Amino acid sequence: MNKTIRENLTSYAFLAPWLIGFFALTLYPMIYSLFLSFTQYSLRQPPQWIGLRNFITMFGGNDQIRGDERFLNSVSVTFKFVFVSVPLKLVFALLVAMLMNKKLRLIPLYRALYYIPTLLGGSVAIAVLWRRIFASDGLLNLILGGVFGLTDLPAWISNPKYALGTLIVLAVWQFGSPMIIFLAGLQQIPTEYYEASSVDGAGKLRQFFVITLPGLSPIIFFNFVMQMVTAFQSFTQAFIVSGGSGGPLDSTMFYSLYLYIKGFGFSEMGYAAAMAWVLLIIIALLTAGAFKISGNLVTYGSGE
Amino acid sequence: MSIQKSTTLNRLLTNIFIIVLGVSMLYPILWLIGASFKPSNMIFTDPGIWPETCTLENYGKGWQGIGIVGFDRFFLNSFTICILSSMANVMFCSLTAYAFARLNFAGKKFWFAVMLVTLMLPAHVTTIPRYIMFRTFGWINSFLPIIVPKFFATDAFFIFLLVQFIRGLPRDIDESATIDGCSKFGIYTRIILPLTVPALITTVLFSFLWTWDDFFNQLLYLTSPDKYTVPMGLRLFLDASGVSSWGPMFAMSVLSLVPAFILFFSLQKYFVRGIATTGIKG
Repeated sequence: MNKTIRENLTSYAFLAPWLIGFFALTLYPMIYSLFLSFTQYSLRQPPQWIGLRNFITMFGGNDQIRGDERFLNSVSVTFKFVFVSVPLKLVFALLVAMLMNKKLRLIPLYRALYYIPTLLGGSVAIAVLWRRIFASDGLLNLILGGVFGLTDLPAWISNPKYALGTLIVLAVWQFGSPMIIFLAGLQQIPTEYYEASSVDGAGKLRQFFVITLPGLSPIIFFNFVMQMVTAFQSFTQAFIVSGGSGGPLDSTMFYSLYLYIKGFGFSEMGYAAAMAWVLLIIIALLTAGAFKISGNLVTYGSGE
Repeated sequence: MSIQKSTTLNRLLTNIFIIVLGVSMLYPILWLIGASFKPSNMIFTDPGIWPETCTLENYGKGWQGIGIVGFDRFFLNSFTICILSSMANVMFCSLTAYAFARLNFAGKKFWFAVMLVTLMLPAHVTTIPRYIMFRTFGWINSFLPIIVPKFFATDAFFIFLLVQFIRGLPRDIDESATIDGCSKFGIYTRIILPLTVPALITTVLFSFLWTWDDFFNQLLYLTSPDKYTVPMGLRLFLDASGVSSWGPMFAMSVLSLVPAFILFFSLQKYFVRGIATTGIKG
């Protein structure tokens, strides 16, 4: 047998499990969910083709069809969550990383301790804890009332004004991964840059804007895109904190939570599939947009 | 002399600042651990960490679960799913990664690009068809929908991680093994796998932790309490028992965090690599 043919066969044998997985568990489901998004399907009867009706129901087509208000609300809740929590998380991660970049003996220990919220934060246990911390008689009010003597404290979790805020706090609290990536980035910036600029009389603040930020810009961009993509898909915390309802008054109705309720609560599989594709398009557009903007803002090394 | 003094003072202040910030950040977790040892009537009146009267009652009560099914079952289920998933990821992601990093074949660039795209794909677009598919297989309320995809290397993060690692290994060892007549599979099992152990540990670590916390899939596919995992057990407990049982709830929450703690502190250096390569999840 020809040598290259044999090499190809061996290689594809190695690749076979992944290839089967890709076709059966990724590509085929994607195509099938695209098909389902143009249908009405409740699992009981075969899917029924309804054209663009799912999408029209979502966004509203004309004066008669106003759009699915709960859907539109879930989009706005999710956008608020993503574009408040991700920048806050990155700012916090960068500040802590700069603190961790000091030459102290205990840094490895500190780094591990600061990573703990990220290690545990995605669990149901912490979401349950969050529900107790921000309840009307929870830990936060106990401290605010008992230690600082404040009165008239709100029940954070069950108040539509604050409920999303508690989830944003929970997300920002898990700043560990971008922190570690920033720290690695900070260690790559040559110290001579700082030495040279301080000889020239540059202050710490000026150094931060002239050396640190440009030096880190590819990493900031990487962190931003990754965190954004993950944040758009958040589910567990909103589900547990709101008891599966997205409440109070849909104020924590994340996109994935509404998708879950529509698909598996109301058995509207077609509608849920359409929502999944809309999410895919939103994320793809935002990522592409971020890459476009980054062309002007991100400074890559001279590429030697 | 005075410069030295000021740097020592500076250092001390920085240390104090980091510790104060760290403790206030970890306060909720410390409070949770403390509260799990407090008697029920003390939990919501005491904002302090240290329990004045220490009791193990919450742990005993919590372990019983909701009566019919206890946390021994939930932990057993979680461990079963996590161990099988981690093993499958190690075997099949490394097989795929070896092909991408070391073998030459037609269409390699194309398939590698495809793999990178699946890395960014939101899980939602495959959720519903997969559910329908697994339902026709009769797999609902079993561990299969959670474990079987791992046998087909669907976690692209680990393929990417392992490809990066294998590319960094020197090629002369596998070349001399080829001359000695070693087959590709022999090179994979006898040379590449042993050298890749650090990255494989990272794979096990993250597979285990992500599967442990993968609430969404467990919620979809596990429908009866005897199949429930620890996160599902906690949620069941939360819904089934009212205000009275926050103590047992906290005790089980603490237990559910223990595996992550142990893995993190015993394998810390493997963590950093995982985060640096993937930069995601959380």
